[in-house]
Amino acid sequence: MGLDRRNFLKTMGVAGFTFLAGRSLASDLPDEADVEFKALLYDSTKCIGCRACESACAEANGLPEPQDEMTAGVERKTTETQRCVINAYAYGDTEIYSRHQCMHCNEPACVAACLTQAMYKTKEGPVIWRADKCMGCRYCMVSCPFDVPKFEYHSPNPIIQKCDMCYNRQKEGKIPACAENCPAEALIFGTRRELLAEARRRIAENPDLYQPIIYGENIAGGTSSLSVASVPFEELGFETNIQKTSYPALSKGFLYSVPSVFVLVPPLLLGIYEANKDKNLEEEAHD
Amino acid sequence: MTNNIITVASDNDGKSIWKFFVGELKPRGKWLTPFNIISIPIMILGLVLIVIRFWKGIGSITNLTQEVPWGLWIGFDVVTGVAFAGGAYVLTFIVYILNVKKYHSIVRVTVLNGFLAYVFYAGALLLDLGRPWNVINPIIGNNFGTSSVLFLVAWHFMLYMLAELIEFSPAIAEWLGARRVRKILSSMTIAAVIFGITLSILHQSGLGALYLMAKEKIHPLWYSEFIPVLFVVSSVFAGLSMVIFEGAISHRVFFNQISEENHKKQHSILMGLSKICAVAMFAYFFLKTLVFIHDKHWNLLMTPMGYWFLVEIIGFVLIPMFMFYYNSRRGNILYIRIAAILTMLGIIINRLNVTVIGFKWDAPNHYYPSWMEIVVTLAVIFTEIWIFRWIVTRMPVLRDSPKWVHDEK
Ligand code: SF4
Ligand code: SF4
Repeated sequence: MGLDRRNFLKTMGVAGFTFLAGRSLASDLPDEADVEFKALLYDSTKCIGCRACESACAEANGLPEPQDEMTAGVERKTTETQRCVINAYAYGDTEIYSRHQCMHCNEPACVAACLTQAMYKTKEGPVIWRADKCMGCRYCMVSCPFDVPKFEYHSPNPIIQKCDMCYNRQKEGKIPACAENCPAEALIFGTRRELLAEARRRIAENPDLYQPIIYGENIAGGTSSLSVASVPFEELGFETNIQKTSYPALSKGFLYSVPSVFVLVPPLLLGIYEANKDKNLEEEAHD
Repeated sequence: MTNNIITVASDNDGKSIWKFFVGELKPRGKWLTPFNIISIPIMILGLVLIVIRFWKGIGSITNLTQEVPWGLWIGFDVVTGVAFAGGAYVLTFIVYILNVKKYHSIVRVTVLNGFLAYVFYAGALLLDLGRPWNVINPIIGNNFGTSSVLFLVAWHFMLYMLAELIEFSPAIAEWLGARRVRKILSSMTIAAVIFGITLSILHQSGLGALYLMAKEKIHPLWYSEFIPVLFVVSSVFAGLSMVIFEGAISHRVFFNQISEENHKKQHSILMGLSKICAVAMFAYFFLKTLVFIHDKHWNLLMTPMGYWFLVEIIGFVLIPMFMFYYNSRRGNILYIRIAAILTMLGIIINRLNVTVIGFKWDAPNHYYPSWMEIVVTLAVIFTEIWIFRWIVTRMPVLRDSPKWVHDEK
């Protein structure tokens, strides 16, 4: 039974992933040149709330060291100077932690929104922001269902701040700073497929401890930032009012209708114009 | 306003062009009108605020937050302003495509209004861009984000401005007395009209489609996959109400610009416009009802936002719709004008409900525009009116074209 369910989930996961990512199944075959999406898996049950990842992130990205205290129950958010946060929630006399950053959606709303391709989904999975292209319209912020991109409202040369899964480090063959510096191995880096399998294994082996959900597996069409936890995600400040399917699909219908409007409307107008052209004389006569 | 301006254009052939332009740039008429007294300080203050905004960042004069990144400048200036500019495509359709001559006398002023609305309100978009120097990227094509609705809207804005400029350009040629140029330009009108109407349908709906991905952020009574359709249909009566409203003002302010004949026609034009408004509003109301039933939000009606929704639909769609309908037969001009104002308020309320009021309606810290955002918005509107006035008092917009135009026909 357990095995069946696992297999089922796995097939679903792979099928769902490949389908929603808009890639062909072939991209999962090992001999395919296409790379697999990289991902991060955060295990809340292992997290000790040390916030080493916050500091490592700040250092790796040249941002100020986070100074604010972490208090149980207080929801800190990522800001224009902080790309990831750890929050604590009190349960009896223990604390449970949660971690938030950009979800690196398989089909990111921010990328679909961006009219300059400044927001960009790399083939390795990370969603990155490119300063030389961005015009600061903030449409990515309007569209991101997780409210991730942050804007420098008090700068004449503002940037959009958000996690890029240490894309530059990845290109140098290193792993993201947060995962590298987590002393509790609560945050691990790998391919999305491996990490989903790992998360499923943990849940299956310890069903009493874990919630039976991998946050990020299906949400918003699947994301590369995955989390598992021992309490329901909505209690840990995770956005749960999110649809399962991809967000860019919401405006696809509109975008697809544009060419047909361009093909159909002008000839129609021209036809009506021709039909009414000779009306002048009659009208004049009526006047 | 002096009357001799009317002759300037037709007999300027002997004058040097330079003298002509300098003369045209000089203000006409009295300086200390109430409008000037109010608008000048606001425009100056607005300019100061814009300088601060580019110096210290957008946050220095706006109340925008990380959760509400688009506020009054997008929700009102761009989204609402463009809806009001919809009159131009509707009227050019009626006059040039359906060839209904009756409305010919108001088509120029409407196109001018539409054109300026795009220049200024869509131009207000530039103020809202954090990194405006990169606006060149999606234009020159080194980075086409073709999956973006905003990309589509931005391009359509630019192309539509061009189309409207072409539609209006014969008036400029008449002003300059350039006969040959005028001929060429007016031969392009139909093409520009057809292109312009197509673009309008797409970007009026596109403004609604911008918000499609913000599915959970917009109150469910206003979020719907049909926002684009609702936005196009409502732009028809939004634009025409603006035409009625603007006509009411023009007929007073620019009284002596308008010929005897066109003054007389006004009555029947207004009745015709209110009939079109009534029909469009009925279609809109019908669609709104369908969407509402389709989304099954009965339970939300008995909440404060639900009451607000009913106020919008009953007070600012149904009531003006009936007023338009009755007075399209009875012809009470005052009621038609009141209906137009109600309709315009309704459009403002509707667009703001989608973009500002209903956007993150449940967030603990709701966004309210700062006074500075409002001042900048007013400054933009006043500047537009100034330019409008400048053009109307110089070019044949409200008044008839110079005699040589008719002679040549
Ligand atoms: S979470 Fe938001 S910012 Fe991150 S990839 Fe998804 S849509 Fe983009
Ligand atoms: S703010 Fe920049 S990154 Fe975001 S949508 Fe606009 S151009 Fe793209």
